[in-house]
Amino acid sequence: MFELLGIPPQALFGQLLLGLINGSFYAILSLGLAVIFGLLNIINFTHGAQYMLGAFVAWMLLTYLGIGYWWALLIVPVVVGITGIIIERLLISRLYHLDHLYGLLLTFGLALIIQGVLRNQYGISGLPYAIPPQLAGGQNLGFMFLPNYRGWVVVASLVVCLGTWFVIEKTRLGAYLRAATENPTLVGAFGINVPRMITLTYGFGVALAAFAGVLAAPIYSVNPNMGADLIIVVFAVVVIGGMGSILGAIVTGFGLGLIEGLTKVFYPEASSVAIFVIMAVVLLVKPAGLFGRTA
Amino acid sequence: MRKTGILLASLAASLMASSALAQDISVKIGVLNDRSGVYADLAGEGSVIAAQMAVDDFGAADKGIKVEIVSADHQNKPDVASTISRQWVDQEGVTAIVDVPTSSAALAVNEVLREANAVFINSGAAASDLTGPACSPHTVHWTYDTWALAHGTGSAMVENGGDSWFFLTADYAFGHALERDTTAVVEASGGSVVGSVRHPFPGTDFSSFLLQAQSSGAKVIGLANAGGDTINSIKQAAEFGITQGGQALAGLLIFLTDVHALGLETAQGLVLTESFYWDLNDSTREWSARFQEKDGDKPTMVQAGVYAGVLHYLKAVEAAKSADADTVIAKMKELPTDDPLFGKGEIRADGRKVHDMYLFKVKAPGDSKGEWDYYEKLATIPADKAFRPLADGGCPLVQ
Repeated sequence: MFELLGIPPQALFGQLLLGLINGSFYAILSLGLAVIFGLLNIINFTHGAQYMLGAFVAWMLLTYLGIGYWWALLIVPVVVGITGIIIERLLISRLYHLDHLYGLLLTFGLALIIQGVLRNQYGISGLPYAIPPQLAGGQNLGFMFLPNYRGWVVVASLVVCLGTWFVIEKTRLGAYLRAATENPTLVGAFGINVPRMITLTYGFGVALAAFAGVLAAPIYSVNPNMGADLIIVVFAVVVIGGMGSILGAIVTGFGLGLIEGLTKVFYPEASSVAIFVIMAVVLLVKPAGLFGRTA
Repeated sequence: MRKTGILLASLAASLMASSALAQDISVKIGVLNDRSGVYADLAGEGSVIAAQMAVDDFGAADKGIKVEIVSADHQNKPDVASTISRQWVDQEGVTAIVDVPTSSAALAVNEVLREANAVFINSGAAASDLTGPACSPHTVHWTYDTWALAHGTGSAMVENGGDSWFFLTADYAFGHALERDTTAVVEASGGSVVGSVRHPFPGTDFSSFLLQAQSSGAKVIGLANAGGDTINSIKQAAEFGITQGGQALAGLLIFLTDVHALGLETAQGLVLTESFYWDLNDSTREWSARFQEKDGDKPTMVQAGVYAGVLHYLKAVEAAKSADADTVIAKMKELPTDDPLFGKGEIRADGRKVHDMYLFKVKAPGDSKGEWDYYEKLATIPADKAFRPLADGGCPLVQ
C-alpha cells in the first residue's frame, strides 16, 4: 500500500473529511459575520456569544419545554435572531456614524455580559445534549467511520451557505442589500426602508450563528465559553477570506477547516496556530483578503 | 503581703501579655484559581466557600486567630498566577495561597513562594513535579497528583487486559506529566504504548485525534487531559463509535462536575481515580450537604482538598502560635492530619499529603438513585500505595 507523506491514504481521506466538517462550522459562522460586516460595517464580536446562545436555547427548549432537536433547528434561530434585532435597534443602530472601534467595543462587551450571565446560572462545565435518534449511529465508509450526525452537519451547512449566497448575489432583495451598502441615501430615495433592511440583516446574521449553535450542541460541550473559543478562529477566517465577502467567507471557511485538519495529522501541536499563520501571510501578501476588493 | 501583690500583678500582666500575643496572630488566605474558564466549576467560587467553611468549622475567631480570605482569578495562565501571588505576598500580607489548579500556573506559584514568607497548599493542580524535582520547602500538595491518577486508573486498566495504549494529551505541563507517569505504569505492568498525540489546550474538536487513536489499534485510549477537553473527547468518542468498536477510554483525570456535565448516558462505565467523593461515608455526606446548601452543587475533590488543607493549616498556626511560613510548615508536617473528608493522614518531607485514593466506576443511568449519585466504588487504594514513594520523586529536600 502506498503512503502519502507517511500517512496511509485512507487515514488522510478520513482527516480531510473531518476537516470539512469543522470547516462547516467556520463557514456558517464566518458567513454571518461577513453578511453583518458587509451591510452594517459592524465587526460583530457578539457572534460567538450568539452561537453559544443558540446551543443554550436548544438545551432550554429540550429541558424546560420538551421540544426536541428538529423543532429547535427552526425555533432557535428565530428566537435568537429576534434578540439580535432588539440589540440592533436599541444599541448598535446608534453607532453607525461612529468609528468601527465603537461597534467592536459594544459587541465585545455584550458578549462578555451574555457569557457572564449564563456562567453564573449554569456553570462552566457544560450541559448534556444528545444526538437526535434519527441521526444516531454512523456509516462505515471503508476508510473511516462517519457518524451520521457529522454528515448531516456538512449537508445542512452547505445548503444554508449556498442559499444565503444565492439570495444576496442573485435575487432582487440581495441587489437592494448590496446597493444599500454602497449608498444608503440613494437607495432610501428610491423608497426602500434602509434602516429596516439593515435591522433584518443583523437579525439574519445572528440567526445564522444560532443555527450553527444548534448544530454544534450534540457534538461539542454546551458551555458558556464555547463561542469565545471558536470566534477568534472565525474572525481569522473572515480576515483571510476578505472582510465582507460572502463567497470568500464560505470558501475560506471550508478551506481552512481542511488545512487545520491536515495540521492535526502532521503536526498536532500547531493545529490551533495554523490558521493564524495563514492569516498573517495573507495579510502580508493580499491585505484585503483572498476574495476582498481593495477600495 | 506586698510581695504577693506584686507577684500577682506581674503574673496577671504576663498572662494578659500572652493572651494579647495570641490575639495578634492574623493570617490571610488567598484562594487563587480559575474563576471563569474550564476549571471554574471544579474549583472556582466553590473553593472559596470551602475555605470559608474550614475557617468557620475550626472556630478561628474563638481561638484568637484572625483570618481573612481573599480570592482571585488566574485564568489558567502562569504569568497571571505569578503576578497575583507576588502582589499578594509582597504587598497585601497574604500568608497562605491555596488551591491553584492548572499545573503550569501551580508551578509558577510554587517558584514565587519558594523564597517568600508564605505557605502554598495546592489542591487543584495535578503535576507530581510539585513534590518531585520542583519540590519547595513551602509547598504542600494536598489532594491528588499525576502519579496517583496514573497508578490508580492505569494499573486497573492493564490488569483488566488493556495492555496497549494510545494517549490523547493536553499540550502543557499537566498533560505531559500525566502521560509520562501513566506510560511508566503501563510499561511496568507489562503493557505497551503504541502512540500519542498532543492537542492544543483548550481544544474543541477532538475527532481528528480520536480517529488517529482509533486507527492505532490500541486497546485503551488514555485521556491525559482535563475539564472541558475531557468532556469533549468522551462525547465525541461516543459519537465516532470508539467504545462500541472495542476500544476502552481511560479518563485519567475526571472530576465529579465533568460526569455531571456529560450525563450518565454518555459517561457510564468510565473508570476513574479520585481521592474524595461526597457519598463515601457519614462525615463526607454531612459536609457535602452543608457545602451544597451554599454552592448549589456537590463538592469536587479539589474543593474538599481546599477545606481540609485550610483546616490543617489553621491547626498548625494555632499549635505554632505563629504565621511564619517555615514554622507553620514544620508544624504541618509534624502534626498528623485528621479531617472529616480525607480521614487520617500525614504530610511527608517532600510536601506530599498522603491519604487513601479510590477507584470508581461511573454508574449506568438505571443504577443512579438521585441527582448526584454517579460513582460506584471499585477499590480503595491504601495511602502507602496511592502515592509515589518518597525516595523515587527526586525531591532535593529529602536527599
